[in-house]
Amino acid sequence: MTTSGGAAVKSAPWKDPSARPYVQVDRVTKAFGDFKAVDDVSLKIYKGEIFCLLGASGCGKTTLLRMLGGFETPTSGKIFIDGEDMTGVPPYERPVNMMFQSYALFPHMNVEENVAFGLKQDRIPKAEIKERVATMLDLVKLGDFAKRKPHQLSGGQRQRVALARSLVKRPKLLLLDEPLGALDKKLREHTQFELISLQDKLGVTFVVVTHDQEEAMTLASRIGVMNHGEIVQAGTPSEIYEFPSSKFVADFVGSVNMFEGKLIEDEPEHVRIASDDMGGTIYVSHGISAPPEAIVWAAVRPEKIFMSTAQPAGTDNVVRGAVQDIAYLGDLSIYLVKLPTGKVVRVTQPNTSRHAEAITWDQQVYLSWDATSPVVVTR
Amino acid sequence: MKTAAYLRRFGISGRGLVVALPYLWLLLFFVVPFVIVLKISFSDIDLAIPPYKPLLEWVGKNSLAIKVDFNNYAFLFTDRLYINAFLNSIKVAFISTVLCALVGYPMAYGIARSKPATRNLLLLLVILPFWTSLLLRVYAWIGLLKANGVINNVLIWMGVINEPLTLLYTPFAMYVGIVYSYLPFFILPMYANLEKMDWQLLEAAEDLGCRPWQAFYKITLPLSRNGILAGSMLVFIPAVGEFVIPALLGGPNALMIGRVLWDEFFSNRAWPVASAVAILLLILLVPFMMWYQSVQARESAGAR
Amino acid sequence: MNYKSSYFIITCLAFGFAFLYIPILSMVVFSFNASKLVTVWDSAHSPTLKWYYALLGNDEILDAAWISLKVAVINASGSVILGTLAGFGLARFSQFRGRFTLNAMTTAPLVMPEVITGLSLLLLFVALEQLIGWPAGRGITTMTIGHMTFSMAYVTVIVNSRLATFDTALEEAAMDLGARPLKVFFVITMPIIFPAILSGWLLAFTLSWDDLVISSFTSGPGSSTLPMVVFSKVRLGVSPEINVLATITITVVTLMIVGVSLWMARRAKLDKAAD
Repeated sequence: MTTSGGAAVKSAPWKDPSARPYVQVDRVTKAFGDFKAVDDVSLKIYKGEIFCLLGASGCGKTTLLRMLGGFETPTSGKIFIDGEDMTGVPPYERPVNMMFQSYALFPHMNVEENVAFGLKQDRIPKAEIKERVATMLDLVKLGDFAKRKPHQLSGGQRQRVALARSLVKRPKLLLLDEPLGALDKKLREHTQFELISLQDKLGVTFVVVTHDQEEAMTLASRIGVMNHGEIVQAGTPSEIYEFPSSKFVADFVGSVNMFEGKLIEDEPEHVRIASDDMGGTIYVSHGISAPPEAIVWAAVRPEKIFMSTAQPAGTDNVVRGAVQDIAYLGDLSIYLVKLPTGKVVRVTQPNTSRHAEAITWDQQVYLSWDATSPVVVTR
Repeated sequence: MKTAAYLRRFGISGRGLVVALPYLWLLLFFVVPFVIVLKISFSDIDLAIPPYKPLLEWVGKNSLAIKVDFNNYAFLFTDRLYINAFLNSIKVAFISTVLCALVGYPMAYGIARSKPATRNLLLLLVILPFWTSLLLRVYAWIGLLKANGVINNVLIWMGVINEPLTLLYTPFAMYVGIVYSYLPFFILPMYANLEKMDWQLLEAAEDLGCRPWQAFYKITLPLSRNGILAGSMLVFIPAVGEFVIPALLGGPNALMIGRVLWDEFFSNRAWPVASAVAILLLILLVPFMMWYQSVQARESAGAR
Repeated sequence: MNYKSSYFIITCLAFGFAFLYIPILSMVVFSFNASKLVTVWDSAHSPTLKWYYALLGNDEILDAAWISLKVAVINASGSVILGTLAGFGLARFSQFRGRFTLNAMTTAPLVMPEVITGLSLLLLFVALEQLIGWPAGRGITTMTIGHMTFSMAYVTVIVNSRLATFDTALEEAAMDLGARPLKVFFVITMPIIFPAILSGWLLAFTLSWDDLVISSFTSGPGSSTLPMVVFSKVRLGVSPEINVLATITITVVTLMIVGVSLWMARRAKLDKAAD
């Protein structure tokens, strides 16, 4: 998986403490009765970013987005956009536009009228509206469809109308609620890259809500993983994937094998964990901050596990097991290997050669991984 | 926007104005009138215009006397006519409701299970009479039921009977008229309920060993309970106070409370008595209305 | 989806529709009957249009129809405004003081026996006249107010249930693009729910046009509506002119309902395609 998203990626402004955030969410809480949909969230988003809010349904990501758009009022906390306090500013006066999950295209207006709608509200001269709508429709390759009604368009075309309509006002910030959720898989992949190149061209800051981790990985400059109304980790896609800060993030983004164990060696440059789960010891070549003998978890990604019939050298990071199940997916295969402890480990192997040495059901195999592969999390 | 902010300071918002107009209208023309009816039901009958005495009267210079008169209510409970009319209205409305359900349920079911194109046509056929004047449709039954009416003529022509049957101005005519007029009111909510039904449930039940009638009895019927209740309320409540149908088809002996109220008001000019009848009728019907509203709330909550 | 109907159900439908339509058809047929006995077919002189000419020359009926038309049009227009406001408020504002009361007040007139509504309205008008001198006497104004009070309840229900299935994202999108709430309503919401508003108008018109009981209570001298005239005639027995009136009513209603349904079916198809 490669990160693409956004012009800001190269400069990484979030690493620069003096950089001015474009959007600042300051300790925002939104409660519906006793239920806190968004719980004390603080967030800084920089100009030119594609920031993805990733989480399962009901985690509060859409509520957070709707507060940025002005459709919900925070119970407490403040939102600043380009330095301006947005408290009490209604949606129709915010320098922000939104692309809705259902696209919300006005069914009684044609494509051109839909796109022109926002400009008309600003009383922009007719000639300019015409020109800007035409430019925008060309940009999303819908120039020939200007007179069509929404119901005469395909799903992908409707998505592009919605995008054009929200971009034509040149918002400072574009909010996208599950922008690709209604498209089928093939079209979705294609559209992801179109979205990135469009964002690059226009330089607009994007905040995207999605439940699809692959989509977040592809689009985002940074991802904010949300759970129970809180942002549990924010970082670049590779940070999130390679260095998850908690069991939840490790498990939510990609698949992972989680070994519970006790810290038996805690040095600045390495740790060793005795895991009953695995039935062996895990050696990790980086230090962590945890009290000695603490219960920790070592997370190992399935693609980082080597599988062989011959026993590898060494005693750390090696375990024996029996192949319980194999799923052939074409580009790769998934093996479920059952350890003597009863734990089932997931291993993926690319199918690089057509006649690979065939590991089959019930075969005894050795699993091993590099000392750099596991990530140790304490919660 | 400045004016809006200005108005908001006084607690007036756009939202408030939207609901205020219908709210005040209904308060003035729907709720307040009932208070007045209640007041007049406690007044004495008077030979004046309007034909009742005021409830509040100046006695002497500074004292105001309230004269509450329960005579009108006492009168209703002592004269068998009124009690019989109330009981008879409930009986007639209840039997009519059951008949509407028996005729209407299979029809709503049949419509809900037909193909979309047929369904729209059948629905249209149910709605059409509903849009045609009730008075004229009741009138049509006079032509069908009277001594030399269509039904008698056909039966005599077929040789089934020799003498015309007495059909008009009988309880039978009244039931026919009420069921006929209120049938669409049962079918429409019933259909709305059945239309949302997942018919795969029936297949699942049959797959699990139910016979079709068992599947209907155990799955469809319980799930369509709210539809049956809503439809029944829409028939029962107005039927209790029905005036036109008993007046036209029921003959002089058809004792329905709506008709009694009408006669007290228009023929006897006994406004306080008519008001007392209205209040009692309302007390009788309010529980049903509240039931209807809760059924409706459940229906629309289930729809989402 | 499967479409299964047993013979039992088909028979029920057939009998049910026969029950609904035979009385209506009999009125249509006998409107062309020459005999004054109405239900005895005079095959020597029928079919004839003579009762149609008689109706057109009947000033009492025509005057009453004109009053009914005026009341019905004003009532329908007023009810649509009040009912749309109430329906919109109930559907969109989840919490406001008096929501429960408003909901109850818009449901109750649907099932309230008309004799009660009629009586209570008349007593209100009498009390108001004593108190503030308005309305001076009763007539078209008081009848229209009475009709609006129960018609608006129907419009409220129609608009409210239409808005329940309305994608609120459309309104939010318009607001997001810079339209203020009032403009959103007129440019987005109104055009999309227009079929429901039209249905409401037609229903309110029909309710008023057909109403006998509330009109009888709230009308004054010289303001008899068509149903009131028909009722007094029908009480005396069948009359060929009423058959003609019924036939005309049925024809107009049928044409209107079929036309509107076709138009709405077309619109619904477009809306469905838009989802």
